[in-house]
Amino acid sequence: MSDMTSQHSSWREWLTTDAPTSRRHARLANLYQGWLTLRANSMAMFGLGILLALLLVALLAPVLSPHDPFEQSLSNRLQPLGTEGHILGTDSLGRDILSRLIYGSRITLYIVALVALIAPVAGLLVGTVAGYVGGWTDTILMRITDIFLAFPRLVLALAFVAALGAGIENAVLAISLTAWPPYARIARAETLTIRSADYISAIRLQGAGALRIITKHIWPLCISSLIVRVTLDMAGIILAAAGLGFLGLGAQPPSPEWGAMISEGRRFILDHWWVATVPGLAIFTVSLAFNLLGDGLRDVLDPKDGSQ
Amino acid sequence: MSLLEVENLWVRFPTRQGIFNAVRGVSFALERERLGIVGESGSGKSMTGRAILRLIRKPGIVESDAIRLEGRNLLELSEPEMRKVRGQKISMVMQDPKFSLNPVMTIGDQIMESYLLHNNTSKAQARAKAIAMLEAVSIHDPERVMRAYPHEMSGGMGQRIMIAMMLIPNPQILIADEPTSALDVSVQRQVLDIMDGLVKERGMGLIFISHDLNLVSEFCDRVLIMYAGRIVEVCDADKLHQAKHPYTQGLLNSLPRLDQPKKHLEVLKRDDGWADGESVGGS
Amino acid sequence: MTALTIKELNVWFGTDRDRVDAVKSASFDVGIGESFGLVGESGSGKSTILRAITGLAPMWSGEITVEGKRIQRATRDRAFYKTVQMVFQDPYASLHPRHTVDQVLSETLHLNGFKDINTRVVRLLDDVGLGGKFRFRYPHQISGGQRQRVAVARALAGEPDILLLDEPTSALDVSVQAEILNLLTDLRNEHKLTYLMVSHDLPVIGHMCDRLAVMKDGEIVEVMETDDLRHGTAKHDYSRSLLAASAVA
Repeated sequence: MSDMTSQHSSWREWLTTDAPTSRRHARLANLYQGWLTLRANSMAMFGLGILLALLLVALLAPVLSPHDPFEQSLSNRLQPLGTEGHILGTDSLGRDILSRLIYGSRITLYIVALVALIAPVAGLLVGTVAGYVGGWTDTILMRITDIFLAFPRLVLALAFVAALGAGIENAVLAISLTAWPPYARIARAETLTIRSADYISAIRLQGAGALRIITKHIWPLCISSLIVRVTLDMAGIILAAAGLGFLGLGAQPPSPEWGAMISEGRRFILDHWWVATVPGLAIFTVSLAFNLLGDGLRDVLDPKDGSQ
Repeated sequence: MSLLEVENLWVRFPTRQGIFNAVRGVSFALERERLGIVGESGSGKSMTGRAILRLIRKPGIVESDAIRLEGRNLLELSEPEMRKVRGQKISMVMQDPKFSLNPVMTIGDQIMESYLLHNNTSKAQARAKAIAMLEAVSIHDPERVMRAYPHEMSGGMGQRIMIAMMLIPNPQILIADEPTSALDVSVQRQVLDIMDGLVKERGMGLIFISHDLNLVSEFCDRVLIMYAGRIVEVCDADKLHQAKHPYTQGLLNSLPRLDQPKKHLEVLKRDDGWADGESVGGS
Repeated sequence: MTALTIKELNVWFGTDRDRVDAVKSASFDVGIGESFGLVGESGSGKSTILRAITGLAPMWSGEITVEGKRIQRATRDRAFYKTVQMVFQDPYASLHPRHTVDQVLSETLHLNGFKDINTRVVRLLDDVGLGGKFRFRYPHQISGGQRQRVAVARALAGEPDILLLDEPTSALDVSVQAEILNLLTDLRNEHKLTYLMVSHDLPVIGHMCDRLAVMKDGEIVEVMETDDLRHGTAKHDYSRSLLAASAVA
């Protein structure tokens, strides 16, 4: 027993040491400090818990789901909450809502992951290059950004659907194309501030070129605020996907996408409120979780007390 | 009865590594004199000034046997009562006027606001008072300055305006926290002379917090030297060069001097014992 | 051949109506192995001269000659960076917040084309009085004085001949200042460096430099020996007033 605790405490010592012995050690120690700060924020931990649960549910969907999400049973339609075998009731085609919710989490995660990979990365690239190089490059890139910013998301999605057909991938593309400009703006603003810092001057005086400065010096500093911004935007992205699904422009039936489920349940909202409300609550919970986590991450990555 | 008495002041901050004591058992008394508090960064000198005005927020913890302003213990006051003390009885001038003046209000508005907070008079009277105050700090074009914004002022002007603003409610004590550190050498003298004149004229007490030992010794009557949250030495300003504590001597000796060329400057050898000793009383 | 010659240097920011002349017709020489000071108050243009020399202030006219070679263009080449390096004023802003001390030094050594990076990092840290336990720390884990030591190590990594020092101790406590100044003195002797040092603090310049120039509003008003400073035999009125203002009681 004491062996375990001594091992445990030696790990902690290794992670909280003030004299790291290698770069990897230093990075891990830094991450651990960040984790400790995050852990102290109970709201953020709550958000993180929900998101981890979401991940688990999505991964273990076949195991956790009591029914097949596509199995229809017209004699069993619109069953209320608490019905035997269907804890969250059934929808207008007799499909189990809980199972659809569970499988729908996969779609939600898919959308979230894709947009999180495309939009901030594109924004980072455009913003940092524009901010660092300046001049005509800056002007041109920023005007392109403005053009994309001017597109209303739904109109763009409609255009895509008209051109390429409806579907979840096109919805994701439409959302990403309208989501990246704010990241470019943030990245550019940060780059402009960082660019005039002494540590950038110092590395320029060592003969570093623009590529090295942008990738090794500016990106690490922009990434923190981008991560925070992405988590806080997640709520909006999920809602946008749900909105598109609601309009029939995203996931197509019989896909159990949460927004589409709300749309289908709209007709029955008065007498069979749970069909629309339950997926709505799921969206609400996941959005809230992202928000809480984002807030917590901001305290860790972007502390305003200026200590980092 | 002294103007201000501080007894056994402790300021603590809980951190992940345990409790950090920024100020440890500091006691001193202030008469109608100019008292300097000197120390390096981390010595606790600024915290002491803020603790007197109860400006330290959670999670900082302020503990003291008593902080008495003319016999009245400030620690027993409620927040609304303390607000009446701040500005009116004890005022504070801080380091950089860029950060302590409101950038979106004209200077005239800010000074008048300061006055009207503590006096129930008309705006016209407040305006007249503000102009009089600006003239008292040697600003020769007070009308123009009243209409200007802080960013249009130079550092020296900004500090003089700050002093005007802080003295307009006629406080009994002025705490100046590094008031000239952000200023050029030639302007420093000017600002200090103005502050000195006003303090003497009104019979105020002045607590002058700085890291500049020589400046403080020239300007103050008595000096407290702080190290690691404790007062390690108290002496009269003109006797500073006869200081006994090794830290004070070390500080004085490590400064480069034009009249004493050396190859190497004496480096202060820190003794852990200095942080552990009892805080010297400063009355 | 001098280490550094500045002739009729003008540096300005902005164009046409918005043009601000930060430095006007500055001229001085720094001999090889000499330590030269630039003294003045804020806004006098002293730091701007350093920036013009290193190419960080692009709009200038006049002559800048480094070890006999005229600087012709707005950008500097690798040979220049191997000769001239700079230590910045604010230790809290001169190190990248997300890079460890090791990364800072390794990157510099890599850019200078050295292969034996590990040995050199250890030696550099040793030269500036920092032990191995600082090697993998982040800037927020070390003090201001220690950061400045890292900045000095970084400047010396490429084995330059000339060091430009922009108020290297202004942001530091008095006791730490003494340590850093002593370090700079020792390093200069050890590596036979030439220093061009900027400060608003006359006693610091008096301690570190052999000769100095006094600047006011972008112009050099006087160039003198440090001895003149010590004996109070400054010629120009402004130099005298500066001397008087920094006099110790």
